[in-house]
Amino acid sequence: MCAAELTPERALELAVELGLKPDEYERIAEILGRTPTITELYMYSLMWSEHCSYKHSRKHLSLFPTKGPHVLQGPGENAGVISVGDGWAVAFKMESHNHPSAIEPYEGAATGVGGIIRDIFTMGARPIASLNSLRFGTLDSPRQRYLLEGAVAGIGGYGNCLGVPTVGGEVYFEKAYEGNCLINAMAIGLMREENLIRAQASGVGNHVVLIGSTTGRDGIGGASVLASQEFDEGAEAKRPAVQVGDPFEEKLLIEACLELLERRLLVGLGDLGAAGLTSSASEMASRGGVGLDIDVAQVPRREPNMQPFEVMVSESQERMLAVVEPSHLQEVFDVCTRWGLRSTVIGTVTDTGNFVVRDADVVHAEIPARSLADDAPIYDPAMSRPAYLDELAAFDIDTLEHPVTVEELNNTLLTLLGSANICSRRAIYEQYDHQVQNNTVVVPGSDAAVIRIGDTGRGEMTERAIAAATDGNGRYVYLNPYRGAQIALAEATRNVTCAGGEPAAVTDCLNFGNPEKPEVYWTFYEAVRGLADACHSFEVPVISGNVSFYNESFGNPIYPTPIVGVVGLLDHVDEACTLAFKHVGDTIILVGETAAELGGSEYLNTIHGMVAGEIPALDLERERAVQQAVRTLIRTGLLTATHDCSDGGIAVALAESAIVGGMGCTVTLPTALAPHESLFSETQSRVVVTCAPEDRVCVLDTLCAAAVPHHILGEVGGDHVSINDTEGTSLIDVPVTACATAWESALQ
Amino acid sequence: MTDTASKTRYHIYVTSREGIFDPAGATALRGLGQIGFTGIDDVKIGKFIELEGDVSAEQVDEMCAKLLANPVIEDYRIVEVG
Amino acid sequence: MRFGIVRFPGSNCEQDVAHAVTYLEQDFTYIWHEETSLGEVDAVVLPGGFSYGDYLRCGAVARFSPVMEAVTRFAHEGGPVLGICNGFQILTEARLLPGALIRNEQMKFICKPVSLRVEASCDWLDKPQGTVLTVPINHGEGNYVCDERTLAQLHASNQVIVRYCAPDGSDIARAPNGATDGIAGICNEQRNVFGLMPHPERVTDPISENNTGCTDGATFFTTVIERFA
Repeated sequence: MCAAELTPERALELAVELGLKPDEYERIAEILGRTPTITELYMYSLMWSEHCSYKHSRKHLSLFPTKGPHVLQGPGENAGVISVGDGWAVAFKMESHNHPSAIEPYEGAATGVGGIIRDIFTMGARPIASLNSLRFGTLDSPRQRYLLEGAVAGIGGYGNCLGVPTVGGEVYFEKAYEGNCLINAMAIGLMREENLIRAQASGVGNHVVLIGSTTGRDGIGGASVLASQEFDEGAEAKRPAVQVGDPFEEKLLIEACLELLERRLLVGLGDLGAAGLTSSASEMASRGGVGLDIDVAQVPRREPNMQPFEVMVSESQERMLAVVEPSHLQEVFDVCTRWGLRSTVIGTVTDTGNFVVRDADVVHAEIPARSLADDAPIYDPAMSRPAYLDELAAFDIDTLEHPVTVEELNNTLLTLLGSANICSRRAIYEQYDHQVQNNTVVVPGSDAAVIRIGDTGRGEMTERAIAAATDGNGRYVYLNPYRGAQIALAEATRNVTCAGGEPAAVTDCLNFGNPEKPEVYWTFYEAVRGLADACHSFEVPVISGNVSFYNESFGNPIYPTPIVGVVGLLDHVDEACTLAFKHVGDTIILVGETAAELGGSEYLNTIHGMVAGEIPALDLERERAVQQAVRTLIRTGLLTATHDCSDGGIAVALAESAIVGGMGCTVTLPTALAPHESLFSETQSRVVVTCAPEDRVCVLDTLCAAAVPHHILGEVGGDHVSINDTEGTSLIDVPVTACATAWESALQ
Repeated sequence: MTDTASKTRYHIYVTSREGIFDPAGATALRGLGQIGFTGIDDVKIGKFIELEGDVSAEQVDEMCAKLLANPVIEDYRIVEVG
Repeated sequence: MRFGIVRFPGSNCEQDVAHAVTYLEQDFTYIWHEETSLGEVDAVVLPGGFSYGDYLRCGAVARFSPVMEAVTRFAHEGGPVLGICNGFQILTEARLLPGALIRNEQMKFICKPVSLRVEASCDWLDKPQGTVLTVPINHGEGNYVCDERTLAQLHASNQVIVRYCAPDGSDIARAPNGATDGIAGICNEQRNVFGLMPHPERVTDPISENNTGCTDGATFFTTVIERFA
């Protein structure tokens, strides 16, 4: 028996209502050789939406390197996986949840965390850390404060309950994100290499089992409605599409699924994310080259009278799909019951290659599974270089009035330290459990988080560790997409390096506006190209990621914002390094050198309210050499503190090390630049390091041998941040306590 | 529809006991002041529970005393609504 | 010595407690919430987390789990019981300890190291009065409340074991979560049941020196080991 048929005219109408283009509809009808049913149209509209199919980005994503000595699993699965030594592996991925969060920040951010965590344990890895990268409008608007507080509470409310430490991330506030905040969540999981599992269906006759929460109408059409269209003032009315998270259910899912995998009771495991059952089942079938026969009548519901298509596209959270051999079915049920979870057989693996959806005897869809998952059209949209680029790059910063006297410079430093983009993130990260699992070696507030590799309370605790950081300066990418994206990777790897990690692999979340606008698409392409070139140069593969388009509001795109998450490896947990000054008398050395590069800087943004100029240059070879030298020094145990020198320049970097260390410094800056340039320039490839005075010669020898520029700046001590020029003129002289007050209180 | 003849619906209001600090209420009071509402003496935030079943008011009272409310910090009020 | 660590479905610090006692070279076993017997254990720990999701009230449902009957018997027989964070909340819901823990005053979750001043000793802590320990807190509902009579009784029988303080031991009243009298942990009259909001298991392995600067958590476990092993 078959479901009621649509007329071709009505089918086309419905397809367009669901966001499909007329030629996409034609292609679907051609694949099927007939007029599609309602359920089929819903399924295609979601799977061929931008969010699920990457139809506007796929072509260029192939520029990324995806292989490397550590890589066990590259892009294409729920998460990428790298080997970290001694048979241990980590899975990680970053994903956006921008649109749901703009409507309902708490649930949007919470379910974003839930989704990315599911991607991790779906691979067989126990989630051991999460990070997040957030962008909001400026905090002078109550709405932005509401979004910030809601998103932070949501991330904490969900992650804290799971027992996964939230160890790092970053947040920036810019007008460009006012109508479209960015919530990018990254999760990292730990597993033994041999436990790596893929989301594949196989074995004709095996059962398809739905585990976890009931299915309701929540989130219906989320992928196509929210994530694949522009936002406008009607956004509030779309509220029903936002899902509500249940972290307790997710915690049970983590434990039950890891137990099922460890006991080898599953053939395949996938999570239900965007496009729900449709996406999960069709991807598993497509990867396994098999067909699936799903009976929606078997799916436990939380609402009466749901249509088959609603069951298939529901985005109810905390659900997993497993493929189970008949002989293991009872054991699977038993494990789920013990964890208080529902588990229901909803279908069978077949050899037809077709994805059949039935409601008891009535067939509502019969689709080649591959065509849903892999045959979405690939677009190569028109591109044009935005006109604003040349205009902004040509801006002459020297025409502005800059601080000159020590008093003006002191005030400038304090203003920067107290600015929303630079100040302490303590008010945020103290709302996150960042220590659970007892492996957090470097807590939030330093350049990168460091997490010991250990199976807490279950198995081995090793001496190895990973370092993780996220970065992505939207202003830079706005002003220069190619180089800005490269700087994102340079800074993220530099942060990982400063913590002692050897960057091993990358995940990314590419947040852009409407790709159908040629200027937006050009910035996307340039950013991807820049990031890909930098990945090749640093030899770090991209192993997972996500593209989020249509980040626009009121007709304006956000700053193009590629966020990169980098994971690095430490052979020994004791090598972990932090930014705080440690000992009075330590020598402060700048690795790298400063040029007059204030374009796109925090100084211009905060002090002059401008986003303009030529962004800092990036010499990839220099960057590599600097990072390599710093890592060598850390490994030989010669450094007592390391701090990346970026937003706000060297003055801010020194002040931060002083504040966190609770001790001042006396420094002489070795440049012939104007004071505001030498203090606040954001020249790349710079790291401030400290060492014991007796190790100074050794450190300098290493830096000379590595052929990286460096200068002795001064020494740690006193209770002031005191910076002079080479003639002995005081540029900055402020008490550390004053710096701390400005830095600590801005976000409270 | 299921047979509702023997079923009763209850509304249960759980609030902070007198003298026990209510952080949610205090925060709401402060927030209302910040956005310009004046003249409010007090805000208390509690829980509202809807319960339906073939159960007596005495049984609901016992449910409240044991699980739905914590008598150390909370008061509760049960209203039979049909 | 063998620690029994109770596992509710939403517990998430049980592995951390296991790690801490393993680090101190002790034995442990997890006890599933559906068990009616504790088995052969010398001490019981109710770990942190969100037992059963804690949507109604923290610990409200956990209190009625089968294992809690066994824990209550063990406690009444004088066995040492430690409730950390959610474990403390469960102990108050189960009335093994007086009072209750409500939302933090600021309505926000707080995760940070805090200073604790030792006020009295019990089976889980034996340090001179006035000793300052640094242990992290990690909770949204750690604001200790009780009625005045209970409070007076807690003080009269020295059941307040640790209170929040400034790093130098002063400034007792200013609890980070608004707790009455700065109370961070209390014991029962028999001094064998102890509940506290801070997490000693997070500062037992010296790896924590990197994030809080101390290993003050170990003393809670070593005290019970010395007394009961």
